[in-house]
Amino acid sequence: MRRRQLLAWGGAGIGALGLTLFAGWWRVDGPGAPAPIGQRPMALSDMAFRLTDHEGNTVGPETLIGRPSMVFFGFTYCPDVCPTTLADISGWLDELDEEAARMNVIFITVDPERDTVDAMAEYVGYFHPAIRGWTGPQDQIARAAEGFRASFEKVPTEDSDYTMNHSASVFLFGSNGRFVTMIDYHEPREFAVPKIRRALQENVREAT
Amino acid sequence: MKLTFTGAAAALFFAAASYAPAFAGSEDVTVEDAWSRASIGTNRPGAAYMTIRNAGDEPVTLAGIETDLAMRPEVHLSSTNDQGVSSMAPAGEIEIAPGAAVALEPGGLHAMLMMLQRPMVEGETFALTLRFSDGGAVSVEVPIFGMAARGPEG
Repeated sequence: MRRRQLLAWGGAGIGALGLTLFAGWWRVDGPGAPAPIGQRPMALSDMAFRLTDHEGNTVGPETLIGRPSMVFFGFTYCPDVCPTTLADISGWLDELDEEAARMNVIFITVDPERDTVDAMAEYVGYFHPAIRGWTGPQDQIARAAEGFRASFEKVPTEDSDYTMNHSASVFLFGSNGRFVTMIDYHEPREFAVPKIRRALQENVREAT
Repeated sequence: MKLTFTGAAAALFFAAASYAPAFAGSEDVTVEDAWSRASIGTNRPGAAYMTIRNAGDEPVTLAGIETDLAMRPEVHLSSTNDQGVSSMAPAGEIEIAPGAAVALEPGGLHAMLMMLQRPMVEGETFALTLRFSDGGAVSVEVPIFGMAARGPEG
């Protein structure tokens, strides 16, 4: 009698433990895990997507390997955050001067519906000449964003129009394609240029 | 008889005076460092920035903005969450405490100019009117800088 009771309690205990472990797995690694935002971007060599640059060339993550890269997401119908990011980056590139010439600087649109190759060409033309605009089919943009652990979302506005929520960070990669660091939106400008120099130095370290 | 008439006129006058909007507060509002960026055509919304200062001793509330440049001008707020994701939403009414100033600046509050009626051309200016909840209004001439401008200095 006593033994049977003990077994019952023990069984319940193991069951509860199992349930707790399952709940933990579900939330952390299982289907209940949060989307992979906030994670470090993958190495460029591990990403796979096909886009078109603003001059009509086919491009992908492999296009960037061999030089340090600065990559960010946005859309040209964005009135505030995106022109500010592009203007900031133009300022950093001016400050880096000749060093900047050794970098890839890529603006990937999250709104390919409106940002065609021509729209991207016109838009990037107003900023630093090193900035290149990439666009392409929706599924390829989604694959790119996934690789960078960036997120974006289409949000309807009142006038049957729409805007986009999107990751506003600037991602920095070494010339080997490995992620170095990111510049968050609103980060003071004096921190940005040293971070870019760090990505450029990864390049030098590898060369020697 | 004549006296009565004068009295009635005076009463009418004072009644009218008391119904006139009393611009308590907004007459002490000044706008500094207004600027905006040029647009590509009219399809994309524009944005304008400025500092709105309340030099008076009463709070004022910015209720809305008007300009003939855009069909739907509205103050919006951009914000970036802890995941680094930026989004934008109408800011609603904005109260400015006595002696305080509110900055409309990149990445935060901005005068969003939706449905542009004409392109925003670098070197030109446009008139923008701020409407306050006390019925008062303040107009400002906003200069348009290049698309890569970063502040009121261009």
